[in-house]
Amino acid sequence: MKIRFVRQMGLLLALSLSAGMVFAAEPLKVGALFSVTGPPSFLGEPERNTAQMVVDDINKAGGIKGRPIELVVYDTTGDPTKAVQLATKLIKDDKVVAIIGPSTTGETMAVKPVTEKEQIPLISCAAGTKIADPVNPCTFKTAQNDTLAVERIYEHLKKRKIDKVAILSVSDGFGASGREQLKAQAVKFGITLVVDDTFGPKDTDMTAQLTKIRGSEAQAIICWGTNPGPALVAKNARQLGIKLPLFMSHGVSSKKFIELAGEAAEGIILPTGRVIVADQLPEKDPQKKALMTYVMNYKQRYGVEGDHFGGHAWDAVMLLKKAFEQGADTPATIREQLEKISGFAGIGGVFSFSGTDHCGLTKDAFVLVEIKNKDWVLVD
Amino acid sequence: MDFSQQISQYLLSGLATGAIYALIGLGFAIIYNSTGIINFAQGEFVMLGGMFGVYFHTIHNFNLVVALLLAVACAAISGVVFERLAIRPLRKATPLGLVIITIGGSILVRGIAMLVWGKDTHALPTFSGDEPITLAGATLLPQHLWIFALTVLLIAVNKLFFQFTITGKALRACAVNQRAAGLVGIDVRRMVMFSFLLASGMGALAGIIIAPLTMTSYDVGIMLGLKGFCAAIIGGMSNGIGTVLGGLILGVLEALGAGLISSGYKDAVTFIILLLILFLRPQGLFSRGDSERV
Repeated sequence: MKIRFVRQMGLLLALSLSAGMVFAAEPLKVGALFSVTGPPSFLGEPERNTAQMVVDDINKAGGIKGRPIELVVYDTTGDPTKAVQLATKLIKDDKVVAIIGPSTTGETMAVKPVTEKEQIPLISCAAGTKIADPVNPCTFKTAQNDTLAVERIYEHLKKRKIDKVAILSVSDGFGASGREQLKAQAVKFGITLVVDDTFGPKDTDMTAQLTKIRGSEAQAIICWGTNPGPALVAKNARQLGIKLPLFMSHGVSSKKFIELAGEAAEGIILPTGRVIVADQLPEKDPQKKALMTYVMNYKQRYGVEGDHFGGHAWDAVMLLKKAFEQGADTPATIREQLEKISGFAGIGGVFSFSGTDHCGLTKDAFVLVEIKNKDWVLVD
Repeated sequence: MDFSQQISQYLLSGLATGAIYALIGLGFAIIYNSTGIINFAQGEFVMLGGMFGVYFHTIHNFNLVVALLLAVACAAISGVVFERLAIRPLRKATPLGLVIITIGGSILVRGIAMLVWGKDTHALPTFSGDEPITLAGATLLPQHLWIFALTVLLIAVNKLFFQFTITGKALRACAVNQRAAGLVGIDVRRMVMFSFLLASGMGALAGIIIAPLTMTSYDVGIMLGLKGFCAAIIGGMSNGIGTVLGGLILGVLEALGAGLISSGYKDAVTFIILLLILFLRPQGLFSRGDSERV
């Protein structure tokens, strides 16, 4: 009797332990800071949706070595101060092992000192070159550098033998970063900046600046900013009858820009990640498979097509997944494994990190597109 | 393109923007003249006009004219509700108290707009096409002509209203002396509500007219309201030409500042002017100043 009791207890214990073993897999806690609402919501919302979608898909397939990823998302509303507060919360209260985001350059520059001090890996979805230059061991980015975007535009201008350019940038983090790059690389491509003007993110009329440009020797205009300012610039330029070629930055590579600018968007050329023209790419493009899957999955789940910005979050989560798969699960090991990633074909481009390169992309990450009939068309 | 053409473009753009400021400033002036209150929520009525317009036209697909009328009506109703809930309950409010209440009200309206419509920017189609018109070496859009026409129309209607109708005279009576107006049988509280109705309706009209040009979102009211206030101050809070001229001057100076000095200082120009006027000539450029008979 006693032996039977002991054996039964033993069986029960063994069963409960093994059952516990199945559910004991500790989740990998990843924090996310996105500007889901606020002026940069066109960045944060697709990024949050994409991150959620990818994490859910990973967990449905059994997680990573049996461990689910737990995504803790906070909305920064595009405010750098709030971003810093939420980053601290993620690190101290939620005890995450890595953070993806924020969505904008301004917020990233504010959050960087915090994550670097706490040695938590930060994979930013913002484009400013300053984020990963100079390189900090813990800070990575998935959005293409604005340096690369500028290179692409200048290359194209050189081909068209245009050497006198007017630049019009927004007076915020993204615009200022772009302006720096435009100025820094002009000499290399033999380009002179005849007008260098700015406008505020909330300005409603840019005719003054464009009038100045119209009266100058500029042969082309490059406008660097995120919606809605550049849409107004396009409309104002049309109103003033300016026929010069108008270039935009990748900050407007979403259908919203075409919607806001209306007729004035026709003929505008801009650099962008491949995702918005995924169906126009040749089959042998290494990114084509990842791009088409992303666009379709996003459309299935959210009803609209996946875009360039959501892609940054896709890349961030998948890069983390790769690091986790290599066995990393503490901030220090994750950081190490991220640096070892090479040749990863993501949405933004083909990533190859190293100790000295935490951006991972070359200028091939961008393609040039022209807006024709309210849609994107690849340019050569 | 020579310098004179550039200047004429700055002037024309400045006049167009100035007409918008003038319309908003008129709203401030009407309420001030009827009630002695500076309604800092005026900018939000402009925003409501544009946002309601987008709501009715883009989401419900009403015809543009219908959407315009509905938007003005809805904004005017919001103005009345605002007055009922925020202004009327105050029996012995000090001017400062009322100012703070209107500022608080503006934040509330902005917050509700953000929750209901989100933070996105929206565009409205222009009323009569996008083809630019050339005038004296500068270009204008047809929408700018609509703005000028509307401003002129509203000034004329205002003038006729305040000068020749009983309600208009009653409103002016309230502005001169509320107690005396009450004593001669004018329902002062009704007049206050009416002035809010008028100002919010006008603000909404201004908001819809400019939405095709500048696009609208939940927070356009802040800057527009402040600049309209500046226009009204320059014009000495007059119900007519004074405020309009104030708005036009402001718009032109802003455009010239942005074009000739630096575009980054555009808003600074407006506020420097406001400060100068408040310091040096607070009664505005065009009024003779108040005097009290003892």
